[in-house]
Amino acid sequence: MDDAAHAAAIFALDPAAIGGVVLRGGPGPVRDSWLSALRALIAEAPLRRIPANVPDDRLLGGLDLAATLATGRPVAERGILAAADGGVIILAMAERLPAGTAARIGATLDHQRVSVERDGFALDAPARFGAVALDEGEEGECAPVAISDRLAIHLTLDTLTEFPDVELDAAWLLLAQSEDEPAIIEALCGAAMALGIASLRAPILALRVARAAAALGGRARIAEEDAALAARLVLAPRATRIPEAPAENEPEPPPPAPPQDADENPATPPPDQPESDAPPPDRTQAMQDMILAAASAALPANLLARLGAQMASRARQGAAGKSGAQRMEKQRGRVIGTRAGEPRGGARIGVLATLRSAAPWQRLRGAAPGRIAVRREDFRILRFRQRSETTTIFAVDASGSAALNRLAEAKGAVELLLADCYVRRDRVALITFRGTQASLALPPTRSLTRARRALSGLPGGGGTPLATAMDEAMTLAEAERRGGRTPVIVILTDGRANIARDGSAGRPKAEADALDAARPLRAAGIATLLVDTAPRPQEFCRRLAAASGARLVPLPQANSTSLNRAVQAATA
Amino acid sequence: MDGLVTAAARLRAAKRAKPATASRPVFPFSAIVGQEEMRGGLLIAAVEPLVGGLLALGDRGTGKSTTIRALAALLPEMQVIEGCRYGCDPAQGCGEPAGCTVPEGKHRSHAAPVPVVDLPLGATEDRVVGALDLERALAHGEKAFEPGLLARAHRGFLYIDEVNLLEDHLVDLLLDVAASGENVVERDGISIRHPARFVLVGSGNPEEGELRPQLLDRFGLSVEVKTPTDLATRIEVVKRRDAFERDPEGFCARYAPEEAVLRARILNARACVADVAVPDAMLEAAARLCIALGTDGLRGELTLIRAARARAALDGVNELGVAQLRAVALPALRHRLRRSPLDESAAGTRVERGVLEILGA
Repeated sequence: MDDAAHAAAIFALDPAAIGGVVLRGGPGPVRDSWLSALRALIAEAPLRRIPANVPDDRLLGGLDLAATLATGRPVAERGILAAADGGVIILAMAERLPAGTAARIGATLDHQRVSVERDGFALDAPARFGAVALDEGEEGECAPVAISDRLAIHLTLDTLTEFPDVELDAAWLLLAQSEDEPAIIEALCGAAMALGIASLRAPILALRVARAAAALGGRARIAEEDAALAARLVLAPRATRIPEAPAENEPEPPPPAPPQDADENPATPPPDQPESDAPPPDRTQAMQDMILAAASAALPANLLARLGAQMASRARQGAAGKSGAQRMEKQRGRVIGTRAGEPRGGARIGVLATLRSAAPWQRLRGAAPGRIAVRREDFRILRFRQRSETTTIFAVDASGSAALNRLAEAKGAVELLLADCYVRRDRVALITFRGTQASLALPPTRSLTRARRALSGLPGGGGTPLATAMDEAMTLAEAERRGGRTPVIVILTDGRANIARDGSAGRPKAEADALDAARPLRAAGIATLLVDTAPRPQEFCRRLAAASGARLVPLPQANSTSLNRAVQAATA
Repeated sequence: MDGLVTAAARLRAAKRAKPATASRPVFPFSAIVGQEEMRGGLLIAAVEPLVGGLLALGDRGTGKSTTIRALAALLPEMQVIEGCRYGCDPAQGCGEPAGCTVPEGKHRSHAAPVPVVDLPLGATEDRVVGALDLERALAHGEKAFEPGLLARAHRGFLYIDEVNLLEDHLVDLLLDVAASGENVVERDGISIRHPARFVLVGSGNPEEGELRPQLLDRFGLSVEVKTPTDLATRIEVVKRRDAFERDPEGFCARYAPEEAVLRARILNARACVADVAVPDAMLEAAARLCIALGTDGLRGELTLIRAARARAALDGVNELGVAQLRAVALPALRHRLRRSPLDESAAGTRVERGVLEILGA
């Protein structure tokens, strides 16, 4: 059996304890065959598919409108999570799952019960299930951490898998008698730490996977191969750094004491060598070396690139696709009343208002006693007030000699703006451009913590690819607009564009490209602020501002406070 | 595939035979490794509900909600008036808005567990504050009030996981009720007020988006929960978790004596918290600390003193000392510092610095 087949069998053995599987990769026969093997393994247990844009009343349960109207009294409807009790849920396009939905599913995975307090109902039902998150994320997108942290197995499928018959019931009996495994626990914890895995769920889940693997192999205790499998399936995909090769002959010097003032930096990685003061017994050490070797061998080749992508994706969580954003507008905010309308497309029905509007007509409609005849024209839906959120996109010229100063002030302005955004819950993003490209240094966020982390140590120097930067800003602005937010672009530059879109150097072409990139901003009507940081106001900046419809602010000594004021004025 | 399917079918049968999860034992409070700040904060809130709630922010998978659920199992039972929908205290009379049928002083009472009510994500306002009892309204044409989660949490705890994902207006509402101790319902043609004194406990992960500052400082205590970074602690966490999962009943039984000791400590602290003396020197030290840190308003000082007094009661001392102030300064003050986005040092560090300056090492 290869790892993918093992993963399916281990998961099917006890879906709720394993939590689930994150399946990376696009749709296709490889994934389909894995899923159909899983379906065969879990047999008649329920299997429910959950789309990323699932509304709360379907996911958790709520008022069953049809039945309510049919019976004339409120009838509750079970949600998908409760219906999946004892089985498996499949999260289609998990990378698109909004943060709120992910949190609801995550909480249910933890408690193995789903409790609902909605629309006049209190429901509480067992919901013991495992989840398969189908992660089709391209570069920079991946399933929400609230979900993936709770799913033990992370699997990237690349080849078709052979699925031999598995004896699950014998394994189940073995699993029920599992014993204490102190050496394995110590080894798994040590390996997890050496791989830089912070979450304590990882070693706990790895232990469960190892136990399940042992049981499937007909063993009462965890063997080396089971621990190695757990390391490959659970630990390796979560690694955030490459462990140092275990010392063969000479023992390593004792590790430095862990920093006491961890307060300063929550991201402080644990010390490199995981040994505690008392050296663990030989078996533990040997086991840990073996687990670490297994995990290291399974580390994805592009580990570091993927880590960057995950960070970016984490930042984008909650910004769902277009449909999600529109749905949210109808569902969130403070209820300010009801209006006539159809409860579809995510709009929430105002039950009382609907019944109220139906009530006077009952006699005329000839409703039987104890029943209420509700007609289409009675429907009332809830109205919400939601202030449109703003995303301020900074595009900062990090080229040339003034770059460092400009970057520092932009960082200051971002932080000031974010501090102010606490009140309004707005977002800030930062694009820097230098050399031949523009890069998204800080994806749209409201978190000051994350902004600080992303902004520390941005490099400066090189050419000025102004056109590319404006293209990037435009793309991001459109994405934010699709997400239902109002984008505001703030460009900080001295206007000396010298790198064209195609990356070639040369002022005339670079300037022509920049003007070309500026026009769509005007056409799309995106509020733009062009901050000219050159010592003397630049003619080209004036032209650029005219082309993009931007407000031009010459700020030769742009400091964070004046910048912040200018942005406030522009967005007010 | 035949063998595979039958095997799985038998497996399902075996699984169904497992006991239902409804009465699953809860991981014992005293078995939780580390997390001293959060556990200490919860114990203080259990002794002195007036500290005004607790906010736990921190990394994923650190057992924030495990700790709070564990507290629910630990808390000593309370006496409630029989038949009271709000679980009122016989010593204080019933807060039932319609008035109790039993005259005051003649209530029959019974012991009941202290409620620790979960506010599930996606909860709607009608279920939180209470609303018109639709069923009775439709079936009998009666305008009756159906109490919501706030009523259920009366005299206990209301827990919101992922508090930063909760809609703002709901959080505002909860904080308002928590501060006033009374739930006022004016909706669906109902006008009612009932007691709702509870300790609000929120938890969340700051990576998901930070809380608004005006919300932050309305929680009495704010604790940080971090993933332990030393191997020995991490191993102990995993070992205990594993032992609990393999034999929940046996595990809980092993910790039952410790739980009993802790329960007695809470009861004892509650009995004597009012008698803990607060010397003027300590009041002055608390004030000096708050001034040095520039905390807004008097709430910081008040919380600091109340928390320190509860801590003294838990420590079994009858006079508040520097040790107690020092122990609670961080959770009582770290979220009250005026935000200075350009000051890189974390609020916690600033409080520690202040404590060192004012209270000494």
